[in-house]
Amino acid sequence: MSSLDSAQVARLAGLARIDLTAEELDRLSGQLNAIVDAVATVSEAVGDDVPATSHPIPMANVHREDVVQPSLTNAQALSGAPDAEDGRFRVPRILGEEA
Amino acid sequence: MTDYTRATATEQAAALAAGDVTSVELTQQHLDRIAAVDGPVHAFLHVSDEIALTAAAAVDAARAAGEELPALAGVPIAVKDVLVTEGIPTTAGSRILEGWVPPYDGTVTARLRAARMPILGKTNMDEFAMGSSTEFSGYGPTHNPWDLDRIPGGSGGGSAAAVAAYEAPLAIGSDTGGSIRQPAAVTGTVGVKPTYGGVSRYGAIALASSLDQLGPVARTVADTAALHEVMGGHDPKDATSLDEPVPACTAAVAQGVDGDLKGVKVGVVEQLGGEGYQDGVRSRFEESLDLLRARGAETVEVSCPSFEYALAAYYLILPSEASSNLAKFDSVRFGMRVEKDNVENTMRATRAEGFGDEVKRRIILGTYALSAGYYDAYYGSAQKVRTLIQRDFAAAFGKADVLVSPTTPTTPFKLGERLDDPLAMYLNDVATIPANLAGIPGMSLPAGLAPEDGLPVGFQILAPAHEDARLYRVGAALEADLVASWGGPLLAQAPELEVAK
Repeated sequence: MSSLDSAQVARLAGLARIDLTAEELDRLSGQLNAIVDAVATVSEAVGDDVPATSHPIPMANVHREDVVQPSLTNAQALSGAPDAEDGRFRVPRILGEEA
Repeated sequence: MTDYTRATATEQAAALAAGDVTSVELTQQHLDRIAAVDGPVHAFLHVSDEIALTAAAAVDAARAAGEELPALAGVPIAVKDVLVTEGIPTTAGSRILEGWVPPYDGTVTARLRAARMPILGKTNMDEFAMGSSTEFSGYGPTHNPWDLDRIPGGSGGGSAAAVAAYEAPLAIGSDTGGSIRQPAAVTGTVGVKPTYGGVSRYGAIALASSLDQLGPVARTVADTAALHEVMGGHDPKDATSLDEPVPACTAAVAQGVDGDLKGVKVGVVEQLGGEGYQDGVRSRFEESLDLLRARGAETVEVSCPSFEYALAAYYLILPSEASSNLAKFDSVRFGMRVEKDNVENTMRATRAEGFGDEVKRRIILGTYALSAGYYDAYYGSAQKVRTLIQRDFAAAFGKADVLVSPTTPTTPFKLGERLDDPLAMYLNDVATIPANLAGIPGMSLPAGLAPEDGLPVGFQILAPAHEDARLYRVGAALEADLVASWGGPLLAQAPELEVAK
């Protein structure tokens, strides 16, 4: 089982869209390494013959009739947004300069 | 005016029905108690006094008009900040949601309102329920009413401390790996994690969707049973909600208190005890077993060898699911925004500032466990361990009706002690996690004080899925005998909190 170096942690933080300071990167890398070492034992515990369980209680898909139900109003849905305009969520520029 | 804050919820409901007190008076007594002690305890993130008093006045008017009312009508309650409450700020203990006022009610919130229970406020928790001490709250820790220098457990330390400090008779909790049961154990209170799907999670801010379950928090087994019946039941808005009747919790309590336990087999889990468990935790646990035997129960040893891997499997499954669930905090639809030149940098800066250390650790760990090349070894293996744990439980429940263990290996430790050692912190939940992995119900109730430090010890009871009523029967029987042996509730032995003027 591989361990995590700080370059990998930086890459994972990027994938998770979290900026880390150099100090955080240093600290979290050490802690994450210890955690990964501890949890890696799961791969020793099971063989290929054991099926995976994703959900603790067996359940079938749940359906409902395709009818309109009460829902949030536009104003309610936007009420917690950091920024809104013309009844929509407003966000900073999405595409880079080169796009 | 009689002070009802130390009465149980059941007693408070009876006093309301008898006309000895009004809901406005009762609610005000709890608000006064919060004002008097919550400075140092810090169980609440928000106190919704006006909303509570308005609801209380409406119940009083309905009662005066002769309306038929639900059993707990007028009894106030505290709600863990993981559950959304329309018109009452909800943060899940995170700075990223500071100031957010939800535009809707979670199903359990709606059921509390329909049961006419005034909502006193929102209780403190580890950020997004990630933690075992409330020290990872974005708003400062809660303190254990037994010793303010110690942890109240987590993630639901606020709910447990609120009932332990008589700030509320009842509270809502959520349990992903022990977040109801472990705080109950270390504060000398009672908490129940129902069967997975037994209580709707609509409007509960998700941590790990295959593990999360809401449940009741109170000072007595009977009170948790009464609240469980209010919270439980099928909800079409939650696809994992069980379409079956609510377990007969209060009837099971009556059976446990009045009857014996002849014919009940109690399995002692070999792997959840012994080495690593504090002496006083073990001795109190053994005493409780003696009481169960004296009631007629038969105790048997059961072995669950795969539990050795439960903690490791949990700390892969939980971060994986959490990393996905927390992607919704994107600075667009709700919560904090740290504005940068484009949307991606805005999201990165917002999540950097809004999330605390433990949340960052677990999101990064989950991102790793789910990434290409590692998925099979980590998340895939963890899901297989889950199968082995379910098989262990199935075999154990073939020999016993309920399983028991200490809830936690130790009594509450000092605040700050494990803050920089995540693995030591995770060990708090070693005895509670297997139930979440298997979806089965579990209860923690007070078993007494450890002789070496005078701090509370929790006794855990587990039952097969859908058999929540067994927890209440056995728990109520044990509680009755323990309280008789102490000459009163365990919380009566807690030191009096200093009251602010």
